[in-house]
Amino acid sequence: MKRSRGSTITNEIMPLYHLPIGKSGVVSSIEAEGITRRRMLDLGLVPGTKVEALRVSPGGDPKAYKIRGAVIAFREKEGSQIMVKYKEG
Amino acid sequence: MSQYCSTRFANILHQVDSLNPMGKLHMNDTIVSSIYNATENISQQVVSQREKPKIDWDKKLDDVLTSRVFGFPSMLLLLGMIFWLTVAGANVPSAMIAETLFWGQDRLTDLCNYLHAPAWFHGFFVEGIYRCLAWVISVMLPPMAIFFPCFTLLEDLGYLPRVAFNLDRLFKKAGAHGKQSLTMSMGFGCNAAGIIACRIIESPRERMIAMLTNNFVPCNGRFPTLIALAGILVFGMGNTFGATAIVVGIVLLGIAVTLAVSWTLSKTLLKGVPSSFTLELPPYRKPQIGKIIVRSIFDRTLFVLGRAVCVAAPAGAVTWLLANIYVGDLSILAHCAHWLNPFATALGLDGFILMAFILGLPANEIVLPILIMSYLATGSMTELESIEDLYNLFVVQHDWTWLTALCMMLFSLLHYPCGTTLWTIRKESGSSKWTVLAALIPLGIACTICFIVAQTARALGWV
Repeated sequence: MKRSRGSTITNEIMPLYHLPIGKSGVVSSIEAEGITRRRMLDLGLVPGTKVEALRVSPGGDPKAYKIRGAVIAFREKEGSQIMVKYKEG
Repeated sequence: MSQYCSTRFANILHQVDSLNPMGKLHMNDTIVSSIYNATENISQQVVSQREKPKIDWDKKLDDVLTSRVFGFPSMLLLLGMIFWLTVAGANVPSAMIAETLFWGQDRLTDLCNYLHAPAWFHGFFVEGIYRCLAWVISVMLPPMAIFFPCFTLLEDLGYLPRVAFNLDRLFKKAGAHGKQSLTMSMGFGCNAAGIIACRIIESPRERMIAMLTNNFVPCNGRFPTLIALAGILVFGMGNTFGATAIVVGIVLLGIAVTLAVSWTLSKTLLKGVPSSFTLELPPYRKPQIGKIIVRSIFDRTLFVLGRAVCVAAPAGAVTWLLANIYVGDLSILAHCAHWLNPFATALGLDGFILMAFILGLPANEIVLPILIMSYLATGSMTELESIEDLYNLFVVQHDWTWLTALCMMLFSLLHYPCGTTLWTIRKESGSSKWTVLAALIPLGIACTICFIVAQTARALGWV
């Protein structure tokens, strides 16, 4: 899904880490492998899950996200391995 | 038969491969997704949620406690309050327990006299073992009984994960885990408890880093020593502010060393990929006070105290023997101290101080009493009433300089963890090799830093 210029609503796929604070997106794919991937699946991060970016640590990293009612913090590394579809509008 | 099975098994594997080449279909994901979809459907049908309250307190609290501006100050304030409560609140019960236990010692002495027990019997059991136990319990128990419940309160509130959230960046740069900040703060109470707390770190590599560096924060057993030495350093200036500043400086130095050693370990002995970091920030909860008290008293305080008692009893016996068996006209303790003196002097200490640290291995609380005992050559551990007495004994009678006090503080901060902690490291890591390293790494650092400080100060003619 490419960014369609000119339209007011865009569907952009981006790493969860880049999701602006206060916005939410829908998980499109998990790029992590191994234990990290498993941990993410355990947390309920499956394609179609709604994720909201909540807050940033005072140090700038990690960031906290709301996932299925729980607040989970990921570092940049983990946050870059989760792709979300972000509806900008 | 078994060949038949293995052929069939190979067949199945082959079929799986042809259906899902290289695992491209992500069967796992599909299964997990469908499980989540099914549970979502079920929960929507059967679970009804109460309407959300108008004010989202979790969000409001987090906006302050993890914000760029107030995040760190609020954290320092909360931890500072716990320290203050512990230091200020522990003195009175400490004195009360000491009084009771030493009253018990007098009664035991009476009993020995009544039974006409030989002098060595009374010395060994009452002045050696009992007195050492009484000392350790009266100094350790009250601070632990205050510190642990306070800390468990923060834990129960759900605040602790926020600390890890705030500090993770700092620890990530050191190749460690954000949760190490929690095990470190636990170490202020007791390093052994800090080591147990390392269980919260999932990755074995980062857990080991946290365990090996935990003793660089001074525990309750070392705080009294540090405070007394800081008092000697500023003696005559007549202000407690200077002493407090020195102690705070020492604590900050300990944290700096923690990060530096963590970084070094993660680049050398414990090299490896940093593990994935997922941290849940649970909602804030109303603390269950009763549960907190029970849990922290039984799980932590009594557990740690039990181990400490097991180590302190034989230590008291050994120390008493060393101080009371004479070879020539000197006790074994004094002989050892003379032998260690050249090495100790190079570190800015003296033989007796080093000997006190060696005999103080079972518990850091007994280092200062052993030192006083050996200076006074009394044969049993004694405590002096005031900083002024300490000043007279150390500086006036035993030629201490400010450098001696400073080096002893540095050595106390950086040297090997106490016997209880080492035992706990052995239990938690299941490895003798790492336990030995947990003692040798800090010892090496303590010797190096003391040596550099002492030699520099002398070379520059400051002493």
